Amino acid sequence: MNLRAAPNLRAVWAIYRVEMARAFRTVLQSIISPVISTSLYFVVFGSAIGSRINEIDGIAYGAFIVPGLMMLSLLTQSISNASFAIYFPKFVGSIYELLSAPVSYLEIIIAYVGGAATKSIMLGLIILATASLFVPLRIEHPFWMIAFLVLTAVTFSLFGFIIGIWAKTFEQLQLVPLLIVTPLTFLGGSFYSIHMLPGIWKTITLFNPVVYLISGFRWSFYGKADVSVGVSLGMTLVFLAICVAIVAWIFKTGYRLRN
Amino acid sequence: MPLHAAASDLYQVTFSSRPYFSMSSIISISGVTKTYATGFKALKEINLDIERGEIFALLGPNGAGKTTLISIVCGIVNRSSGSVTVDGHDISRDYRAARSLIGLVPQELTIDAFETVWATVNYSRGLFGKPPNKDFVEKVLRDLSLWEKKDSKAITLSGGMKRRLMIAKALSHEPRVLFLDEPTAGVDVELRQDMWAMVRRLREDGVTIILTTHYIEEAEAMADRVGVINKGEIILVEGKAELMRKLGRKQMRLELRAPLAALPESLSRYALELSGDGNQLTYTYDNQSDRPGVASLIRDLEAAGVQFRDLDTKNSSLEEIFVSLLRQEP
Repeated sequence: MNLRAAPNLRAVWAIYRVEMARAFRTVLQSIISPVISTSLYFVVFGSAIGSRINEIDGIAYGAFIVPGLMMLSLLTQSISNASFAIYFPKFVGSIYELLSAPVSYLEIIIAYVGGAATKSIMLGLIILATASLFVPLRIEHPFWMIAFLVLTAVTFSLFGFIIGIWAKTFEQLQLVPLLIVTPLTFLGGSFYSIHMLPGIWKTITLFNPVVYLISGFRWSFYGKADVSVGVSLGMTLVFLAICVAIVAWIFKTGYRLRN
Repeated sequence: MPLHAAASDLYQVTFSSRPYFSMSSIISISGVTKTYATGFKALKEINLDIERGEIFALLGPNGAGKTTLISIVCGIVNRSSGSVTVDGHDISRDYRAARSLIGLVPQELTIDAFETVWATVNYSRGLFGKPPNKDFVEKVLRDLSLWEKKDSKAITLSGGMKRRLMIAKALSHEPRVLFLDEPTAGVDVELRQDMWAMVRRLREDGVTIILTTHYIEEAEAMADRVGVINKGEIILVEGKAELMRKLGRKQMRLELRAPLAALPESLSRYALELSGDGNQLTYTYDNQSDRPGVASLIRDLEAAGVQFRDLDTKNSSLEEIFVSLLRQEP
């Protein structure tokens, strides 16, 4: 391998920095607004309604919803960060520069997905900090908590990246998060344990991939899970593998990028 | 080839695919085709060599395939077949080396509106893998009269400044080849002059420049060689001067002292055109024709007693050549 074929790490860094700069430029939208909405969830679900709900699996309701709330933001923000980051240059046309630059697809992915994932991980941690002001929290498996956090952020940033490349209009860009991801997250046990569901719904819910994410994540906090942790981890990895395969296909064919 | 070669020879200038690497050409395009998913054949078998250090103008009407060809060389669009090398580097196998030599200024003004000029240009440099160099970026911005605007967001710049910012981005990584796609479309006269001056400066530094345009005056003012592309085919590649010489026509106009009712019989072999009011005679001739020269026409006019007050001659412009070329296309 000659020197010129060496990875273009400067490009990765350049893209990553621009992506992070965008987050700090729009600090109100990207940080303050999720903090406010999380606080609202705690006021409504944690205090107003939560005070009338019994403990779930021995966990106070206010504390029980924290992992689900973090996941909710993590999923939607990862998708919207990454999809917007790649859709926007496509939309205004400035993507020409990226495509004409000596960067590999892998480098493009690392930079964009890395940027989007970093932002949503930061956001998740901010929500966690906000939550700790409202409810007593404990994290039994900090390593796995971070592992689920990172894995989910990366997987859904990758998913968002795919949506951003696929989308031809702003409407399509919003479509998947709005019509699929948000409902799945709400029905994925963010606010309840799936054991609370009546018979048939419990089975149907098991087809919802988000259930596994939230369940695994909640386990890392409280040591209690709806489904086994191994299954949670496995499902997350499967989804990650599917996203990687789609991205590999996109780059191999130049789908909606170089055609 | 003698200067008087028949015009038809031009159409026999075909470019066989070259398996060998030519030392003098910096870009070598051979057998490149592009068929879009819709079935539209944007490029049919393009063979073209760009010489090191030249200014090459790619002329053609809208939709002829100019931008598609540039986009393929720059790596923005995948080709359907054929191969391209940049300074000997294959654009697919060795894309990093090939692309890092190229700067591209696209037709559309496409910049991240919310970034500052300084951040945008440094980003481009980083994207092309070059280490930070504040002095160089400063020089590029100063050369393009953008230094005062370095902390302004792109969205606040005028159209002309945005265009210059696009050029600054393309030059930020010190390319050896610069593509300018319709560089002066919608640009005012002053900026156009500045841009031409900049292109000449770059050429003096050894940068090869390829520009597409449908403004012939642009090619006429700047290019060393001209390629004409139409309907996805290169129909002609020639040195600008030779092209003008071979295909250029000359016209001589005579202002008569007294109006003529009809042309004298003795002048019939010149096929002169007489204006409606009889005050003006026009003689069209070209360099390679064996039609009688201007001197004999003047002698014959005198003999026929036709007196003229004034005369002027003019060369046809590239534009006229271009139009006549496209007309001859089947």
